Amino acid sequence: MEKVLTRNIGVDQKPTDLKAYEANGGYQGLRKVMAGMSPQDCQAVISDSNLRGRGGAGFPTGMKWSFVPSDDKCTPGHKYLVCNADEMEPGTFKDRLLMECDPHQLIEGMILSAYTIGADISYIFIRGEYLLAIQRLRDALKECYASGLLGDNILGSGYSLNMYLHPSAGRYICGEETALINALEGKRANPRAKPPFPQVSGLWGRPTIVNNVETLCNIPHIIDRGADWFKTLGLGEDAGTKLFGVSGRVKNPGCWELPMGTPIREIIEQHAGGMRDGYQLKGFLPGGGSTDFLTTEHLDLAMDYNVIGAAGSRMGTGTMIILDDRTCPVGMVLNLIRFFAHESCGFCTPCRDGLPWSRQVLQDLEEGRGQPEDLETLSYQIKYIGAIGNTHCALAPGAMEPLQSALKYFYDDFKQHISSGRCPYH
Amino acid sequence: MPTIFIDGQELQVNDGENILEACLNAGLDLPYFCWHPAMGSIGSCRQCALVQYQNEDDTRGRIIMGCMTPVTEGARFSLKAENATEFREAVVESLMLNHPHDCPVCAEGGECHLQDMTVMVGHRDRRYSGKKNTHRNQYLGPLIHHEMNRCITCYRCERYYKDYAGGTDLGAQASHDHLYFGRHEEGVLESEFSGNLVEVCPTGVFTDKPFLKQYSRKWDLQSAPSICNGCAVGCNIAPGERYGKLKRVHNRYNHEVNGYFLCDRGRFGSGYVNSDARLDYAGIKQADGSYMAVHQQQALETAASWMQGKKVAGIGSPRASVEANYLLRELVGAEHFAAGFSEAEAPLMASVRRILQTTQAMIPSIKQIEAADAVLVLGEDITHTAPRVALALRQSVRNKSFELAEQMGLPQWQDAAVRNLAQDQRSPLIIVSAMETRLDDIASQCISLAPDQIAEFAVSIVEALAGEPSSNKQANQIAEILQSAKNPLIISGTSMVHWGIVNAAVAIAESLCTEPSGCMLSLCIPEANSLGVALLADKSSPSLPDLVNSPPEVLLVVENDLQRRLNPQQMEQLMSAGTLVISMDMLENATLGASDMVLPAASYAESQGSLVNMEGRAQRYFPVFEPAAERLPSWQWLLKLAALTNHKSLSKIEHFDQVVAACAKSQAEFTNLVDAAPDQSFRDRGLKIPRQTHRYSGRTAMNAGVNVHEPQQPHDHESPLAFSMEGLNRDQPAALTPYVWSPGWNSNQSLQKFQAEVDGPLKGGTAGVKLLQSSASGATQKASCEAVEMQAHHWQLVPVHQVHGSDELSVNTDEIAEMAGMGFVSLGAAVAHKLGVSEGDGVVLASGGTEVSLEVRILQRVAKNCIGFGLGYAETLYLRAGSLATLAVDAQWQRPQPQLIASDKATPDPIVAEGGSAHV
Repeated sequence: MEKVLTRNIGVDQKPTDLKAYEANGGYQGLRKVMAGMSPQDCQAVISDSNLRGRGGAGFPTGMKWSFVPSDDKCTPGHKYLVCNADEMEPGTFKDRLLMECDPHQLIEGMILSAYTIGADISYIFIRGEYLLAIQRLRDALKECYASGLLGDNILGSGYSLNMYLHPSAGRYICGEETALINALEGKRANPRAKPPFPQVSGLWGRPTIVNNVETLCNIPHIIDRGADWFKTLGLGEDAGTKLFGVSGRVKNPGCWELPMGTPIREIIEQHAGGMRDGYQLKGFLPGGGSTDFLTTEHLDLAMDYNVIGAAGSRMGTGTMIILDDRTCPVGMVLNLIRFFAHESCGFCTPCRDGLPWSRQVLQDLEEGRGQPEDLETLSYQIKYIGAIGNTHCALAPGAMEPLQSALKYFYDDFKQHISSGRCPYH
Repeated sequence: MPTIFIDGQELQVNDGENILEACLNAGLDLPYFCWHPAMGSIGSCRQCALVQYQNEDDTRGRIIMGCMTPVTEGARFSLKAENATEFREAVVESLMLNHPHDCPVCAEGGECHLQDMTVMVGHRDRRYSGKKNTHRNQYLGPLIHHEMNRCITCYRCERYYKDYAGGTDLGAQASHDHLYFGRHEEGVLESEFSGNLVEVCPTGVFTDKPFLKQYSRKWDLQSAPSICNGCAVGCNIAPGERYGKLKRVHNRYNHEVNGYFLCDRGRFGSGYVNSDARLDYAGIKQADGSYMAVHQQQALETAASWMQGKKVAGIGSPRASVEANYLLRELVGAEHFAAGFSEAEAPLMASVRRILQTTQAMIPSIKQIEAADAVLVLGEDITHTAPRVALALRQSVRNKSFELAEQMGLPQWQDAAVRNLAQDQRSPLIIVSAMETRLDDIASQCISLAPDQIAEFAVSIVEALAGEPSSNKQANQIAEILQSAKNPLIISGTSMVHWGIVNAAVAIAESLCTEPSGCMLSLCIPEANSLGVALLADKSSPSLPDLVNSPPEVLLVVENDLQRRLNPQQMEQLMSAGTLVISMDMLENATLGASDMVLPAASYAESQGSLVNMEGRAQRYFPVFEPAAERLPSWQWLLKLAALTNHKSLSKIEHFDQVVAACAKSQAEFTNLVDAAPDQSFRDRGLKIPRQTHRYSGRTAMNAGVNVHEPQQPHDHESPLAFSMEGLNRDQPAALTPYVWSPGWNSNQSLQKFQAEVDGPLKGGTAGVKLLQSSASGATQKASCEAVEMQAHHWQLVPVHQVHGSDELSVNTDEIAEMAGMGFVSLGAAVAHKLGVSEGDGVVLASGGTEVSLEVRILQRVAKNCIGFGLGYAETLYLRAGSLATLAVDAQWQRPQPQLIASDKATPDPIVAEGGSAHV
């Protein structure tokens, strides 16, 4: 398979500087555009390419961009492109790889995206702990400014763009695009109510597009090589390649660029090397901590947004967390809920006060204090907290996903915690 | 009007409102927390959930938030669907995870929105068995008590304090279920409107601290509709009494005046009613200077005998009711009736009266002020001279954001979204003042000028409006802004005691009236009834100096401490042995101390009367409780005196309503006074309006510790209210609403049951009546002001008004006195630097033969050659606006208590600026 996003990433994971990036075809897409492609042309290519957001929701990127009002349809002023590099989804480490090893790919993608939507200012909102990525992006930005790829009149095209790197103060919720925008404005990182969507009223009340790192990294290649080429990369219905990852008790945990639609079994057994000796696969979260468990019966499914969705989970970030047969599913869910309860921004009631309530019930179960009615309470909480629309944003419904599927697939484990008055795995 | 369906019921709803509002308007009980009619929706509490169905066939529907969902034609909802009721109950159950259930010891208990909503959703047993989170409370000053454990994180306090009232020192901190609403560290809340937190908080996190010290449950309070007498805005209040003490003041909704909010002077400044310095008995001065207490009748007879056949003059008061002032005028005759203004104030008030009666500009209510899209403020620090108006201006600057929102189809109630959209874009607010004001933070332009120059500058604006651009570019630019506005507003007032400023402000407004937009004009005046008494005074009325120069044989002073109006020599001359002075007032003061006879007057809380506010609106206040001891309302003292002196017309009058009727007849301006409130004969379904709640407890027992015989309830022969639990408090005329309560709604949120629709006027209309009809003949008059001539090494004194400290009565409340601090001088940072003083140091200020030591307060924005002095403090009593002063460091000065929060005080900028430093 042809490597696209990771073509400059070697085993040594050394960063690609401007020279090396350009030597390998870098900034070709940008030069092509600056030499005469209009924003409308770019928009058409991206829309045609069927690229879907790689941050987890899988929303079609072209459609997202198309909601940005053109200059004649909004009051005069700035438009913004924001790169969501606040990678904090449990088990997810794909964006870090892209930023640490090939920062120029992201920058080129951002320049092209900003040009398409008519943005004149762009931000990389990056997770504060990603110190190495921050350093390498900072160096890359310097190189770009020095060589006229950023700033006024980029490559003599008349188009100007400034790009700022903003390391986050660090909350999981900053990955939610409107909370990210609030944080960028220096406000509490609470998500905003939608509508209005950021495309019309985002950063500082202006039209704003927030895209994930991996999504933006795809842009130069699509622009350079066309939508049709991009569509051929996927094995199934989704286009392009994707960074898939596996963590947990497998022989070779890691992150690989594979075609969209690669079967789960191939990812786990071939690329991750299968389970470690002495461990059996019991289940897995297909796309990070806030997706529903799938089990061995789902191993032959293709990693496509709709396929995984139909199986009752979400592809999310495409980075799987493996649950093995010697790890307590209740304990694993407790660990996740504890994280989500702590990362709630505290804005809406079901999330702020509901998640700690779930945490407390799970903790009672795990520590042997569970009561038979606790399972009913958990189901009640899933209904209360888990439905989109009950809460202000998707954090709490996401948090309920592993819980509700664990109850579905590992119900006996829960019951055993209650009947034996202790965690059977300890 | 769209039609929506709620549980099959067809409802006609208002276009543009949300489902929560639609439900409340339809009388449906949909619980809510974070939504507030004045602050809109943010969707944080998730309490107002309903189920929305796609169409008639959809039986599942999905949960939506009522406050975040606009009404749309044909939309179908259910309040009663099981998933909605279960969800609402779950919300309360999770709010209860950390709520301490300390209702029995909580000051909110019995009027707690959280209690009401908990009962409403049917939540009873909590399943959570974990530990509750606890917080440390903060000291927030003498007015507000903090109890964070009770918090349910609705964000209302932060949104009110920061977004609505412009405060900067209280907000949300931390996250997840550790959210904390407070200051960054302990300290006195800075906002002049902090008291509204008490009513905004749906539970007991922020409670009324002075009330806590003498607490009673809401249901045990006896309340009456009343009017704040703290300033000329005339906010409607609902004071509550028990055991003969005024316990607290709550907001009383008036759609056009104060809406939902009061300032802290209004809410907390009534403590003087319970003061030990209140006069209980009449007294006659003895030869040794002491007073002999005498019975009411004896005092009245003595006074009548003093007055018999003598030249009697009267001094009225801008803080006494229209009725008391009217009776005084009739008793002594208009030619002997002084309105009681100081020499400087009198012509200003006469001028304001004339302006209001002739101007073409619209005199706006507060509701109308909120609609202004460009505001020019001349000379006033509104936050301190008419506080509630300042709060309205904070809303008016948001009109820009509403305009932007409208372009996007975003409803105004989408509060967070509208604020995010507009960010710091605001409608223009231009402030021209001598010193920084509390609205500087939202002003588009602040210009610092000495009072004379403010007037001059305003004249330049008039010229620019007339098409003769002046050399002053700023003035031209402001003229353009005002001309391009759709709804401009000019605000000025008497606080600088400067005729020229007021006149020039009027000239600007008049000039804008020739534009299609027209113009609003709002003039801030000094006291609660300044306009009422100004209307009573006519050309023949003497001024105070007139009376000083030719003293009468007998002088009747009604509720006026002349020390605040006269200099010491004048005071002595007026009170000299040649004149018999009879004074009636509430609190001991210099005038009472110099009078030959003192009569104890009832406070506003024990009497009834009308006040005319700055817009010419007459509003009636009613006694909350019977006056103790031998106190009487001033109007009753005067009526009794009239009877004893066989006054021609007044001796036929017995009752309050007759006084109102006579006053209305006496003068065209007062014709509508009778409509300020229903008269004594009003009955609702045969009964008077009860002052007590129907749960009022202990009526037969609460005096048992004094006397086991149950006293008869007092009868109120003068008003349509009864000292009783019997009767209905529902749908009566707005002026007769003593408190709000509705079944299932024990908190102040029950107000919505009294409103005709959410955020609209009350079902019983809007209390009060406008007295003045302008002839619209134009109010421009020649400004003839003598400019202050500066001298080397001198400063011009500018009065600095303070919410806490400048008002005569409220400062007799302990908490307000604490907030007021001591007399101060306000200096620019550069001047302070040159003098070598910093915040809290002392200087000696000498002016007009007076020399006082004052605390230094440092301002960032001060006009050249100007210094400010805190108005209303004992130390600054004899300092006069516009006079010249010198400054020297006070070597003897001892700094008062260390500042509680040093970091809160801005350190003065050490850079020597240009302004005003020349004469040090």
